[in-house]
Amino acid sequence: MTLREENLRLSRRLAIVALGMFGFGFALVPFYDQICAALGVNSIVKRSEAPRNTQIDASRTVTIELDANAHDLPWRFRPLVNHLTVHPGELATVEYEIVNLRGAPVTGQAVPSYGPQRAGEYFQKLECFCFTQQTLAPGETRRMPVVFVIDPGLPKDVNTIAVSYTFFEVAGRGGKS
Amino acid sequence: MSAVIDSHGHAHGHDHHHGPRGGIMRWVTTTNHKDIGTLYLWFSFIMFSIGGLMAVGIRLELFSPGLQFIDPDFFNQLTTMHGLIMVFGAIMPVFVGFANWQIPMMIGAPDMAFARLNNWSFWLLPFAATLLVLSFFMPGGAPGVGWTMYAPLTVQMGIGMDLTIFAVHILGMSSILGSINIITTILNMRAPGMTLMRMPLFVWTWLITAYLLVATMPVLAGAVTMTLTDRHFGTTFFNAAGGGDPVLYQHIFWFFGHPEVYIIALPGFGVISQVIPAFSRKPLFGYASMVYATSAIAIISFIVWAHHMYTVGMPVTGQLFFMYATMLVAVPTGVKVFNWVATMWKGSLSFETPMLFALGFLFMFTLGGFTGLVLSIVPVDIQLHDTYYVVAHFHYVMVAGALFAAFSGIYFWIPKWTGRMYDEKLGQIHFWLTLVFFNMIFFVQHFLGLAGMPRRIPDYALMFETWNAISSIGAFGMGLAQLLFLYIVVKCIRSGEPAPQQPWEGADSLEWTHLPTPAPYHTFETPPVLK
Repeated sequence: MTLREENLRLSRRLAIVALGMFGFGFALVPFYDQICAALGVNSIVKRSEAPRNTQIDASRTVTIELDANAHDLPWRFRPLVNHLTVHPGELATVEYEIVNLRGAPVTGQAVPSYGPQRAGEYFQKLECFCFTQQTLAPGETRRMPVVFVIDPGLPKDVNTIAVSYTFFEVAGRGGKS
Repeated sequence: MSAVIDSHGHAHGHDHHHGPRGGIMRWVTTTNHKDIGTLYLWFSFIMFSIGGLMAVGIRLELFSPGLQFIDPDFFNQLTTMHGLIMVFGAIMPVFVGFANWQIPMMIGAPDMAFARLNNWSFWLLPFAATLLVLSFFMPGGAPGVGWTMYAPLTVQMGIGMDLTIFAVHILGMSSILGSINIITTILNMRAPGMTLMRMPLFVWTWLITAYLLVATMPVLAGAVTMTLTDRHFGTTFFNAAGGGDPVLYQHIFWFFGHPEVYIIALPGFGVISQVIPAFSRKPLFGYASMVYATSAIAIISFIVWAHHMYTVGMPVTGQLFFMYATMLVAVPTGVKVFNWVATMWKGSLSFETPMLFALGFLFMFTLGGFTGLVLSIVPVDIQLHDTYYVVAHFHYVMVAGALFAAFSGIYFWIPKWTGRMYDEKLGQIHFWLTLVFFNMIFFVQHFLGLAGMPRRIPDYALMFETWNAISSIGAFGMGLAQLLFLYIVVKCIRSGEPAPQQPWEGADSLEWTHLPTPAPYHTFETPPVLK
């Protein structure tokens, strides 16, 4: 084999490695999802496991403050109550209302955040509109519940949890104008 | 066949029909590894000047608290472009320039394996650089997202972001092609008798660097491609609303980004491993262990990436793994530093400019390595994340590490390249100015970081004023000192004293022992005989 042929063969192999690594970058996407699922991180829009049969801790009350935002989205989005008081371990339901103000169907996804942040893992959602994407017809109004339990393991110094939902538009779906 | 080449690129007295052609077309169409090496070096210097000007702009704004000269948007654009231009435009090409000039001469090959591809690898760069700089003039300006281009900010940027993404694609393409060329040259085109374990260490470090580039640049290309499709084609790789995750971007980016750190550092290690033995007049201590240590650093670099993102909320198990893996890097790096010191032990040292820069490298790079070790500790890092302590750390390894190694290499090889000696006195003044001003800029940033000053913010609390003023004065001084460097190089090319074949008596690789000075346009067309 001449030197030129050897050089070309080696360079082809290296080019295949480079192409493979380009694919590897994309393979990290599903791999990352699997790792997160296996480790139980990144689960804020996943249904919590059904609560074990725990006692309601009537000695404590926790104030839940509700907040709702639509990010760059022509939706009016609000909770029907601004705050409520629950005991840890008690099943509670709140309702939200969204109105699509755009003359076209729009798909959105809600993402929750919590203040203080560490309260998030104790706010167990059994039913939530954030589990799926929501598609609203033009002008449609929809009421949606969130069913939740505060884990009695909530640290004692947390008396108030702010729960804030933000709807983001899912681009490319539901007729982005 | 002695073609003396002056700074204008004309060739004098060539009695050989293979000499370079005249005029600008020589540089556009050249397939000669020495010409291409020169192109890389000058390109790198131009980008170094542009990136340096941006750094001066940043330090000008940070000279005193409050907003004086630059609005916050433009400040963000400056920090972003300073990083991208210095990493991809200055530091990486300067070492590719070294590789082009030196690797064929050091292994006894006539040229690079794919000479035309080599030309193309270089000429991609000016286009990428133009795209990067043009992004400043787009509506919305250049991206102000930081050189790491984190999602989701990248999705919100203007059209300048798209130009930057394409620039990164082109830069990546150039690096991959160049690396394939370098690997093929080193593996297939060594002179008879030049076994792998007889290669100069500079060649070894470049072989390993080229493998790192082939393995990681495509991953970066993938990351910016995902950003591009997220921006324009409705995918949601990094968009939480569509089921994606911005943290995923950080994982993909740093899977590239950490090996990239060693892509920048390893060729510098190679240069230092040539310079220190030459000026100690002793062979390199522990050659084989140097090769293994370099390989070990390269392999470990693939499993430490998440130490850049301890604060994203990963599980403690993950933090522990990445912390221990990161600390492990200190072991092979320690081997290298030990070997460099042991090479000098009982050597007959002399302190010309290349050696001064090599020693500056040794001290400053080790300091940067230590602060890296400090930052690898999770609880400490969570305190120091995104503060000026991190800025100080990576400038110690990037500037006092890679850049000092590049200066050392330029002063070391410029007699061979141009046939002329640089002005030793001015070279030493350049070294001392650079060293003092460098520390003035960055040593004090450790204090700022420990006191909690966040990075990438154009304003700061009043208590940080003194150190910031000192740091900014250092930056202005360092910028001016580099004008002296330009003067030294131009003076050397135009009117330096003619250099002997072996200006450094301790240097023993092929380009010194087998080739006249300056190196002829074509070398080793028949392979040298190695004993």
